[in-house]
Amino acid sequence: MTAAPIYGLMAEFETPTELVEAAKGAYAAGYRKMDAYTPYPLEEAAEAIGAHHNRVPLVVLVGAMLGMIGGYSLEYWVSVVAYPINVGGKPFHSWPAFIPVTFECAVLGACLAAVFGMLALNGLPQPYHPVFNSPNFVRASRDRFFLCIESQDPRFSPSDTRKLLESYKPEEITEVPY
Amino acid sequence: MAAPDILPPKGVRPPIIGPGQTFGTITDRIAGIVLTKHTPIFWVAIVAIALALFGMLQTAVGYLLVKGVGIWGITIPIGWGFAIVNFVWWIGIGHAGTLISAILLLFKQTWRTSINRFAEAMTIFAVMQAGLFPLIHTGRPWLAAYWLFPIPLTMGVWPQFRSPLIWDVFAVSTYFTASFLFWGIGLIPDFATLRDSAKTLVVRRIYGMLAMGWRGSAKHWNRYETAYMLLAGLCTPLVLSVHSVVSLDFAVSVVPGWHTTFFPPYFVAGAIYSGFAMVLMLAIPFRYLYGMQDFITLRHLQNCGKLMLATGQIVAYSYGMEMFIGWYSQDKYELAMVNNRLHGPYSHYYYMLILCNILIPQSLWLNKVRSTPWILFLVSVVVNTGMWLERFVIVVMSLQRDFVPSSWGMYWYTKWDMMIFVGTMGFFTLLFFIFIRLMPAISIFEMRNLIPQSKVNE
Repeated sequence: MTAAPIYGLMAEFETPTELVEAAKGAYAAGYRKMDAYTPYPLEEAAEAIGAHHNRVPLVVLVGAMLGMIGGYSLEYWVSVVAYPINVGGKPFHSWPAFIPVTFECAVLGACLAAVFGMLALNGLPQPYHPVFNSPNFVRASRDRFFLCIESQDPRFSPSDTRKLLESYKPEEITEVPY
Repeated sequence: MAAPDILPPKGVRPPIIGPGQTFGTITDRIAGIVLTKHTPIFWVAIVAIALALFGMLQTAVGYLLVKGVGIWGITIPIGWGFAIVNFVWWIGIGHAGTLISAILLLFKQTWRTSINRFAEAMTIFAVMQAGLFPLIHTGRPWLAAYWLFPIPLTMGVWPQFRSPLIWDVFAVSTYFTASFLFWGIGLIPDFATLRDSAKTLVVRRIYGMLAMGWRGSAKHWNRYETAYMLLAGLCTPLVLSVHSVVSLDFAVSVVPGWHTTFFPPYFVAGAIYSGFAMVLMLAIPFRYLYGMQDFITLRHLQNCGKLMLATGQIVAYSYGMEMFIGWYSQDKYELAMVNNRLHGPYSHYYYMLILCNILIPQSLWLNKVRSTPWILFLVSVVVNTGMWLERFVIVVMSLQRDFVPSSWGMYWYTKWDMMIFVGTMGFFTLLFFIFIRLMPAISIFEMRNLIPQSKVNE
């Protein structure tokens, strides 16, 4: 590399169909370090770049289990160990009465895990990211579809990658500086 | 302002979204409400009124904190009064928001998209009003923390987990948190849109921070969608549990009129009923004032009307069963409860309730009623009045006359009761209109999904 290092090459498309075609093509050509940017969730784009599995469900399951165990343990400890009170001759460990709170705690744990787990796996909040240097990128949250092949990819070369992207007739191709 | 509502010919349903929309027009129309220096005059007027009512609420709550709950009409035997009536009413209103955002999402009802954002906001603000009542009903909210939550203190006193009142604390606080998260996660991509459309640096910075660096990456969307669907799946049983638990506050006791097994489904249906009425009470003025007839179309109003009709029938059935079981049990206290409803000192509340919640809403069978916004608005007001009366009937009329005639009593609310109740309506309106001004009231990114251009052609 001679010039300043770049983050990648960004191609801008007008329709989701063009984007998905280009992403599939780049994936077939062996590129792996790339990302598509769309103004709304586009399942096909995630599949095209090989990102259709994620670990969010696992995180949510762990959150639900922790909430469930934590909620029930709290109730058991409070009602049996810390502050046992005889109410109408019911056993201290009256488990049916503990179910509603256990359920609520499980849901609470799962919801917190879903939101914060998703953010953490996505690496958000992230104050700076190179793709925002691309001049037209503001339209990624409006009406345009972007595909960025990153320079970290072993197959990346400024000329060949550009040629590949050009073959899908994007509106524009820009170099994304760091 | 958009074109007036045109009803399509018979047999054709109105579209979910007006014709001719593109990604750009959707973005500009919805973001335009927020990203403008021009604040509409009606907004200023409504917020001014709401602020005045909010001030009244603060005055009344302030006086309550100084003098104690004796300024209210609550006495023995009616210790619950307005505070619990209003609590149940407000929390019920919240339920439609979660139903729209979670349950209709799982059932792939795409029409929900136009109304889910502000319905979720409605849920959060309604639950905030609801939460206020039990808190101030304790009389000493600064002590309520250790009465309600398991907090380790030197006294070693802990909440009673066999009591539905504690289940209620957990249910309502979980419900608030989950609704807030669901709403917040939906706002992130829209904050990114506002950040990228903002015209001034300060506005861009503020929405930029709220968007947390969202860039619409396909990998992010993938995890986002998974989390969103899972949240919907979690909120579905949650929303059903919340009003069920609220109903157990009553049903677990032995008071005639409360001690019934059908309270949970009865309460949940009533909650969704009143919630959809509130959605319409907000959606109809909103679409008119902001000219959003292309996004919130007659189809949405019709569907909300149908859901109100359906849940209203469940509520009507429950009223019937309540009376039937009272008679069928042949228990003298249950019979006395039925008699008290029909001929007691509060029977006019009961007949008003039947009129508001059963008779008038039958007009929703007519397509004409479901398709005429102003009539639908009036029906919604009637239904929400009826639902408030229902809670009044349940709370006050059951406590009023229990087993021993020597402990019977009457309930007279005071001006402070009324000031706090009306004040919460002002607080709710205030929060809602601030939300409309500062955040996209319709989900922009989900609306983009509704237009034909959003689909990938193979």
